[in-house]
Amino acid sequence: MNEKKCETILNKYNEEKGSIISILQDVQESFGYIPEDVVFWFAEKLNIPASNFFGVTTFYAQFYLKPRGKHIITACCGTACHVKGAEPIINRMRAELGIAEGEDTTTDGQFTLEKLACIGACSIAPVLIVNKKVYGGMSPNKASRMLKEYEKSSPR
Amino acid sequence: MAEKKKAKAKTAIRAKTGSGPKAKGPDVTGLTIRVCVGTGGLAAGSQEVIDSFHTELKAHGLEAAVEKKSVNKTGCRGFCAKDVLADVIFNGSASTYQRLTPEKIGRIVEEHIINGRPVEEWLVGPDYHIFHDKQTKILLKQCGQIDPEDINAYIGIGGYEGAKKALSLTEFETIEEVKKSGLRGRGGAGFLTGLKWEFCSMSRAAPKYIICNADEGDPGAFMDRSIIEGNPHSVIEGMIIGGYAIGANTGYIYIRAEYPLAIERLKIAIDEATKKGFIGKNVFESGFDFEIRIKEGAGAFICGEETALIASIEGKRGMPRSKPPFPVNKGLRGKPTVINNVETLSNLPSIITKGASWFSSIGSEQSKGTKVFALTGNIKNTGLIEVPMGISLKEIIYDIGGGIEKKNRKLKAVQTGGPSGGCIPASRIDMPVDYESLTRIGSMMGSGGMVVMDNATCMVDMSKFFISFTQSESCGKCVPCRIGTKRMLEILTRITEGNGKDGDIDLLVELGTDIKLSSLCGLGQSAPNPVLSTINFFRKEYESHIKKGICPAGACKALRQYVVNAEACKMCGKCARVCPSSAVIWQPKQKAVINKSKCVKCGACFDACPFKSIM
Repeated sequence: MNEKKCETILNKYNEEKGSIISILQDVQESFGYIPEDVVFWFAEKLNIPASNFFGVTTFYAQFYLKPRGKHIITACCGTACHVKGAEPIINRMRAELGIAEGEDTTTDGQFTLEKLACIGACSIAPVLIVNKKVYGGMSPNKASRMLKEYEKSSPR
Repeated sequence: MAEKKKAKAKTAIRAKTGSGPKAKGPDVTGLTIRVCVGTGGLAAGSQEVIDSFHTELKAHGLEAAVEKKSVNKTGCRGFCAKDVLADVIFNGSASTYQRLTPEKIGRIVEEHIINGRPVEEWLVGPDYHIFHDKQTKILLKQCGQIDPEDINAYIGIGGYEGAKKALSLTEFETIEEVKKSGLRGRGGAGFLTGLKWEFCSMSRAAPKYIICNADEGDPGAFMDRSIIEGNPHSVIEGMIIGGYAIGANTGYIYIRAEYPLAIERLKIAIDEATKKGFIGKNVFESGFDFEIRIKEGAGAFICGEETALIASIEGKRGMPRSKPPFPVNKGLRGKPTVINNVETLSNLPSIITKGASWFSSIGSEQSKGTKVFALTGNIKNTGLIEVPMGISLKEIIYDIGGGIEKKNRKLKAVQTGGPSGGCIPASRIDMPVDYESLTRIGSMMGSGGMVVMDNATCMVDMSKFFISFTQSESCGKCVPCRIGTKRMLEILTRITEGNGKDGDIDLLVELGTDIKLSSLCGLGQSAPNPVLSTINFFRKEYESHIKKGICPAGACKALRQYVVNAEACKMCGKCARVCPSSAVIWQPKQKAVINKSKCVKCGACFDACPFKSIM
């Protein structure tokens, strides 16, 4: 645990009420996920039960209690992407990355594949986001080529 | 050779301007290049196009001859199917290019800007003009025309005049004006905005809050994102007007964290507006103080519901509570709160400047003004459109949308209102698009997603898609929504997998009706709509899945039968190589055959076949 990082976040929101979500967002930004000990640290400092933090963490889709992959692939599964074939793309990527059923990250921690309801870029559906870069008009083959490029850039 | 050309071009400019490269040449006065940098544009590579314009202009020595901010970023102009789009304007004439790539810029600079001959084959075609001409643009008028990161661009087109005027009226007069305009909430339910404000202003408690709901969670909708990205100041101006009218000194913008670009532009806009004194203490010397804060959502669809949104801003789990009391009486931190949608707010500046009667002259009897729709799915011209209320669905799909994308397919249905709405069958597309008509047909306006589906889309699969969405987004507080949607999803899943039972359809209708009646909030009350409306219009399709085990659209994987069309098969063997269960029998120079008993229906051969001979 990096206490310095936590201090910075704490100072930013110290006096403001109802900032659990903002704190957790900042924690996730600097740690990549929400480590358990960090939650307990904040709970102590702010005198808020840790259960409140965990309640919020598990409610919102954006918070992760487990470390995530180096490359984050987000597949949009909105209506337009669904109609234009998001499912086959996801299946192909899962198979190629070898992500086990019920998991979302490769065992070597390189890739995380997650689904999102809609990123609002329906006009270029189906859409994938890799490390915050948006790729439109995808297909299983294009996705596969793209994965290979990311694999090349950071070999397993 | 290329260098020679460049040198020649340079001398050409000098020759024309007559006074060296520094002076503004008569051939390139007021050169402005506008490139769309919405999310769609950026994904298509508009940043690279902008960079390329800069390099090419510099390389041709045009840097000094043009205005400093000659290459402008603009918001989404709607026609995302043709991205990257760019306007090249100089000497008073404008040309629009479509599908630009960085490689094309060199020729445009050379032929068009320097030699004055537009590159005809890259210009937009007539469909671009038809797409825009059929629309009535109020909100989107400025998106794609002004730089969203420059407040002066917005002021230049009359921005903040509405706020200024509203603040010179009394609070009561401002509310009356909005009431008279007939503006209804664009978030879905269509409640009269002026009335909502009036209720809130009558509350005696203080402080009051105004919240901009930018938690656009509907899959298939991106209107709010595009408005914020293209014209963030119009939303801020709307909030100032609303805040003043109800007597709120603090405004919150609750926006999805999935919209990083929109958040960035809002932050810039708020900063600039604060510097100009439009936000802060004593706005326009009226004695009215106003501040705006941004709260990022954390990925929960339910937070679009008013009371859940408030809980989320308070830092709690975003769960709705029962109403009344309504937020206008007891909202954020127990104080009176108005929550308006992005599109609603961005309508306000023009209502105040141009007057209520101007606004109410647009649209239909009960639905006034325009509505922005995100037109997507299997349609030729995908993008953002703004049309007057009451326009027929047919005009939207065929005139603006250009019809179905693939030639050999037909329109099957149009889905509006996202997971809370329903499907409108092709036979009913003459209907007008307004709040009442859509509700009558079993759909709803929703926030404005409009997904067009062709005959390869399975209606059972579609309703399964929406129910699985609402089921996973259900907050779990009330039983009908939490358990009911789960049971509906189970039934739909077994139907799409070929295990449907007699009576399943009636069970779905019964469950759906009960969930609608007994759920706590809008999510549950509208969740069964996609299922009920598709059963209403496409009952035969459900029956075919259950009784015959056939998916008429060929979309449900488990019901699909893969066969090789021997006539089209070119014997390449790609299908056999990708088959995970060795179900494809193939030998070199022989046509492939699929062994049905081994086939696991994964569809890999279907995807792999380069000749589309697997069906």
